[in-house]
Amino acid sequence: MKLTVWTYEGPPHVGAMRVATGMKGLHYVLHAPQGDTYADLLFTMIERRDHRPPVTYTTFQARDLGADTAGLFKKACQDAYDRFKPEAIIVGASCTAELIQDDPGGLAETMGLPVPVIPLELPSYQRKENFGADETFFQIVKHLAKPTEKTARVSCNVIGPTALGFRHRDDVAEITNLLFELGIEVNVTGPMGATPSDIARMGQAHFNVLLYPETGEMAARYCEKEFGQPYTKVVPIGAGATHDFIAEIRAMSGSTVQLDDDRLRQTWWSRSVDSTYLTGKRVFIFGDGTHVKAAARVARDEMGFEVVGLGCYNREFARDVRALAKEYGVEALITDDYLLVEKTIEDLQPEMILGTQMERHIGKRLGIPCAVISAPVHVQDFPARYSPQMGFEGANVLFDTWIHPLVMGLEEHLLHMFRDDFEFNDAAGPSHHGGAVQHAKPEPETAPEAATADNVIWLRDAERELKKIPFFVRGKARRNTECYAAENGVFEISVDTLYEAKAHFAR
Amino acid sequence: MTELMTPPRSGGCRNAPVLKQRGQREVFCGLTGIIWLHRKMQDAFFLVVGSRTCAHLLQSAAGVMIFAEPRFGTAILEESDLAGLNDAHAELDREVATLLARRPDIRQLFLVGSCPSEVIKLDLTRAAERLTQQYAPKVRVLDYSGSGIETTFTQGEDACLASMVPVLPTTEARNLVVVGALPDVVEDQMLALIDGFGIDTVHVLPSRTIDSDIAIGANTVFALTQPFLGDTHAALIRRGARHIAAPFPMGEEGTTAWLTAIAAEFGVSDEVFETVTSAPRRRARQAVAKAAETLNGKSVFFFPDSQLEIPLARFLTRECGMTALEVGSPYIHDAIHGPDLDLMPAGPQISEGQDVDLQLDRCREARPDLTVCGLGLANPLEAEGLSTKWAIELVFTPVHFYEQAGDLAALFARPLRRKSILGVAAE
Ligand code: SF4
Repeated sequence: MKLTVWTYEGPPHVGAMRVATGMKGLHYVLHAPQGDTYADLLFTMIERRDHRPPVTYTTFQARDLGADTAGLFKKACQDAYDRFKPEAIIVGASCTAELIQDDPGGLAETMGLPVPVIPLELPSYQRKENFGADETFFQIVKHLAKPTEKTARVSCNVIGPTALGFRHRDDVAEITNLLFELGIEVNVTGPMGATPSDIARMGQAHFNVLLYPETGEMAARYCEKEFGQPYTKVVPIGAGATHDFIAEIRAMSGSTVQLDDDRLRQTWWSRSVDSTYLTGKRVFIFGDGTHVKAAARVARDEMGFEVVGLGCYNREFARDVRALAKEYGVEALITDDYLLVEKTIEDLQPEMILGTQMERHIGKRLGIPCAVISAPVHVQDFPARYSPQMGFEGANVLFDTWIHPLVMGLEEHLLHMFRDDFEFNDAAGPSHHGGAVQHAKPEPETAPEAATADNVIWLRDAERELKKIPFFVRGKARRNTECYAAENGVFEISVDTLYEAKAHFAR
Repeated sequence: MTELMTPPRSGGCRNAPVLKQRGQREVFCGLTGIIWLHRKMQDAFFLVVGSRTCAHLLQSAAGVMIFAEPRFGTAILEESDLAGLNDAHAELDREVATLLARRPDIRQLFLVGSCPSEVIKLDLTRAAERLTQQYAPKVRVLDYSGSGIETTFTQGEDACLASMVPVLPTTEARNLVVVGALPDVVEDQMLALIDGFGIDTVHVLPSRTIDSDIAIGANTVFALTQPFLGDTHAALIRRGARHIAAPFPMGEEGTTAWLTAIAAEFGVSDEVFETVTSAPRRRARQAVAKAAETLNGKSVFFFPDSQLEIPLARFLTRECGMTALEVGSPYIHDAIHGPDLDLMPAGPQISEGQDVDLQLDRCREARPDLTVCGLGLANPLEAEGLSTKWAIELVFTPVHFYEQAGDLAALFARPLRRKSILGVAAE
């Protein structure tokens, strides 16, 4: 048993729903109690879908348990087929149905439905949403895709995008276009947008582009083995990764078409003088493994930030993320415990967080700006405008969205100069965010002694001096000073200690 | 006494045939009630013993997540808990110990059962007794079921309140208990009205903290402010209390009828009643009339969701000039919903329970001007050109009593007004 307050991932059947809802012509019959229908609103509200997810829930009740839940399942399955006439059906159990052991797969098989029925085994008490999506898509491909001849022109499949994915809609458009410019046709994109008959002809492609390892890697591996399709390992998030991705595609396809990367503004934007203030900003990165890996590279190599900590919530990527952390000289945080993430951020006092919606809230509480880089998603993560994370345009989007929460270059200096101005002061927050943003900013100074733990005390003058430092560097100043004090055996921090530390850490 | 509500001349809906279908139900489970109950009871913690699905439901239903550390959480069952129940009890004790050590402000702990905990027959009543012994008198531990196999949406609040009834102290005094979780501001308005009647022993269930002096006995009378409290109603009757049946206090008429029933019970004079209620009644009528301009002559279709459907349909048809086409409710309980059904003009199809696909067919066929439904259905129906009102908003927003009557009408008017505004802009 594990006490959970907020979760980064839903149960595995929600992953299966993301696959089913992304696809067309597929229906999911889920053996589940009525309350599990809440999952529909993830798609209709968060993603603003204009159709109900193609899911039928059996909604069994306590009084059915002693009676015939299996019969109920079969009836739901038959009704769903009759009403929706799907090309294929996936069937499975939610956490509760797993316990009553009706075996939806076996039951559906005996019904003689005239379309393929794909049983899913998703262990609800061990695995989570991403696994659910990955396994579901793998099963669909395994059941439906057949070996066939390759297309005459070089083509590929694009694997991994699902419903409710973080910017999947726009990433697919961006990468499809990039592939087109390289002279490569997209054979099938899936799960998002694919029908079961599309899946059947996936074997025609020459190779696969794996955009989201979290939700597509099992299928990609299967296709490599069964259809001899190699798959891409680079996820094209950021300018550097996009160039590497293009090189990888060239190697797989033999394409030598020249690409016009004029649209890539991020590199110049980052080099232009206004961006100098980004140098060495201390960032903490957290999210799913793939987005964290990509964000770390962009943060350090393309924005000039200092990565002070990173981690992911999906254990499947623990090994990769640990290796990455080593390369960056930091400790990897592998956890899905929201409180632990909050604690880590509080201890590290970064100047910025690149995280999920959960970290955005942590940032709000701690007064640290945050840009969202990864699922779990929120209605804000489905903007009306085109806003990919991948490819050249994606790199531009990253630049804009990451610096948006920060105080702008010149503004930072003005804040230093006029820190006591009654309307232009640091408590007002970045001027382009209106007044409301920083109100809910409890300074960690309520318990400075507690925060330092090893009994370093701030003298009143030093505390007052610290408050004169603008909020966006105050956390760093506090931390540096305390480190300095600890290293030098100083137990009382005076104004002098503060400036000694400043000189010590000056870059 | 003030003029009583006149039942419609065409006859009410109390004896209308009820359509009952069995199929997929598109509703939340009772766990959802935790979202508002934990705000109401400020010293309570709700510990769901369930699965990752339960945790995800709570997080998703809360919509905008309340990211401060909330007073609820889920003890997620893992493989090893399923294997041995004894171990599961030991694990639960351990989680509770950690929780209570970390949150010394907690005075009442609710162990909330879920589908998985019930299917594996994890006896939370036993656990609650054991933990009460361990933590009394500082913390009271109770249990109830919020599972989807036992409860529908608002029934979670019912189960929670019902679990508190047996442990309330006994009294021989005559008192009035008002039952149902209301936003504090609304509760204060209600208490002020009753205070104006000169009734002074009034208690509210649930109370804001465990320290309230609420007690129950043979001389207790109680009134419900929410139509989904069937089990609590039964539990109070078992303790000897008597129910004051009345329509629910939504809209000017409903509030007046509800207060009239209480006034009659306590022998409040007409003059006093008039003095206390005339000003807020007038305000409520005016406010409703304004929103009713948009609603007048429009039709409405209710999907079953919160059990608020019947009183709401009564309000919309009688006070806002709407026509109800179908009024669906997850459950209909005559002793509780009867007075509202009496007042609602005959005509609509009354339905109990759900087969969502068949009901969607009927809704599309009827093409109502306004459809009241859950979040899973709203956008898809909007995309088909039907205006919708999310039912969950009616549970989260202050809608009871006089001062909110206008807001209640406005909630229904807003989607229609919005549609007309956007329609003009699009041309
Ligand atoms: S329906 Fe049951 S399993 Fe699903 S969220 Fe509700 S209590 Fe948990």
